[in-house]
Amino acid sequence: MLKKLSIVLISIFLLTLNANAGSDGELKLEKEPKKVKDCSKSFNRATFAFNQSLDKALIKPLAESYRSLPDPIQKGTHNFVTNLSSLVTIPNNILQGDIKLAIINTARLVVNSTVGILGTIDVANQMGFPKYEREDYGQTLGAWGVGPGCYLVLPVLGPSTLRDTTGSFMNVLGGDPYYNASMHGNNEYLNESFYMATKALEGIDFRSNNIESFDNLEINSIDFYASVKSLYLQDRENKISNIRKGNIEIFYKNEEDWEEIDNN
Amino acid sequence: MKRFFLILILLNFNFIHVFSVEPDVFVQSTVNRASEILAKNISQEEKINKLKVIAKETVDIQGVGFYSLGSTRKNLSEKEKIEYLQLFEDYFLKSFSSRLSEYTNPEIDVLSKKVLSENYTIVNSVLKGTSERPEVKIDWRIYTKNQNNPLIRDLIIEGLSLARTQKEEFASILNSNDNNIESLFKTLKEFSSK
Repeated sequence: MLKKLSIVLISIFLLTLNANAGSDGELKLEKEPKKVKDCSKSFNRATFAFNQSLDKALIKPLAESYRSLPDPIQKGTHNFVTNLSSLVTIPNNILQGDIKLAIINTARLVVNSTVGILGTIDVANQMGFPKYEREDYGQTLGAWGVGPGCYLVLPVLGPSTLRDTTGSFMNVLGGDPYYNASMHGNNEYLNESFYMATKALEGIDFRSNNIESFDNLEINSIDFYASVKSLYLQDRENKISNIRKGNIEIFYKNEEDWEEIDNN
Repeated sequence: MKRFFLILILLNFNFIHVFSVEPDVFVQSTVNRASEILAKNISQEEKINKLKVIAKETVDIQGVGFYSLGSTRKNLSEKEKIEYLQLFEDYFLKSFSSRLSEYTNPEIDVLSKKVLSENYTIVNSVLKGTSERPEVKIDWRIYTKNQNNPLIRDLIIEGLSLARTQKEEFASILNSNDNNIESLFKTLKEFSSK
């Protein structure tokens, strides 16, 4: 039970780690977005402080050590964990009705897992496949119209919402083939420890790629908790709307604010 | 004398025409100026001071300041507004220049622009990747009401709006302190004097 809980927590963590990935699509001018309630603000802030301490004591030093590894090892690890994530992305492409993308991502998975030596080399990218964008069950729930619910800060795992946390549970309820094969596959190659190790590695890989940007954000924030919350929620909104990197597009909210400022 | 006035009028017309700045050209010129400073072999403090000069000329600091304050701006007295704008400018210039000064020799390429309305154009650019950091997509929201003097109102980095983040930060501080503007003033002062 404890192991299962740990796995759920790690899955949520990895879901929240996607906070900085971006998006492409159409330009939208929107009305003020619904505010996401910070229902347990005091608890969230306390958890945030705990997470920061943990990050400084353990996660950041591990990420720095990881960064000192040779580039090909880091690159290979990054490609490997990214390739594994497509096992969750593909069913979510289908659930969101994007069959074409599901086929492309399946082809990517096959090519990278075979020619790309278990995903350590992103051969598909070199072959000109479209840029890979992760999808998860939280995004699918959002795409189906489920609201974010309360904002949460989870111990160790960081920012989330009630919807995104619920989505993460789908991974251990049969939604992640890699989890299923590791836990219930009854094979000699995969087991719980291997699953946990790859998920932890995914977290370290992400953290090592964002050391400077996190430091910079912390130094230049007057309320770091509020900054992280805002960036997480903006990113999730973008992903759910499939606003992708590469094209123009941003949401413009609170146009009324600017109009009022311009008119005064 | 008539000829003299005619020349003056024509000159004036030409000046207006010459100084009408396209938003994408404005952004590229601004980033080139910043890059030049960042590449110079001068102290961090000197870099920050020079970046502050650029920010003062190119960012609508007053507009961004009022936007960041949200609906609270409607409740401020004239005296509080003046005090706030001064504190905000100090805070903004420090935060903005400090963020930028971390980059050495950044290369930003302007890719395209999209006119949203008479008042706004979005300029798309990328900060080129290096061995230490991936490519970063940066969109600039340019306020073009005065075409001779376009101003930056927001930076959207990988889809994340800095103006919105700042506004939500300010709202968080105000909410945690019964919407007392003095608490925000105090926080801004503390940040600027760090």
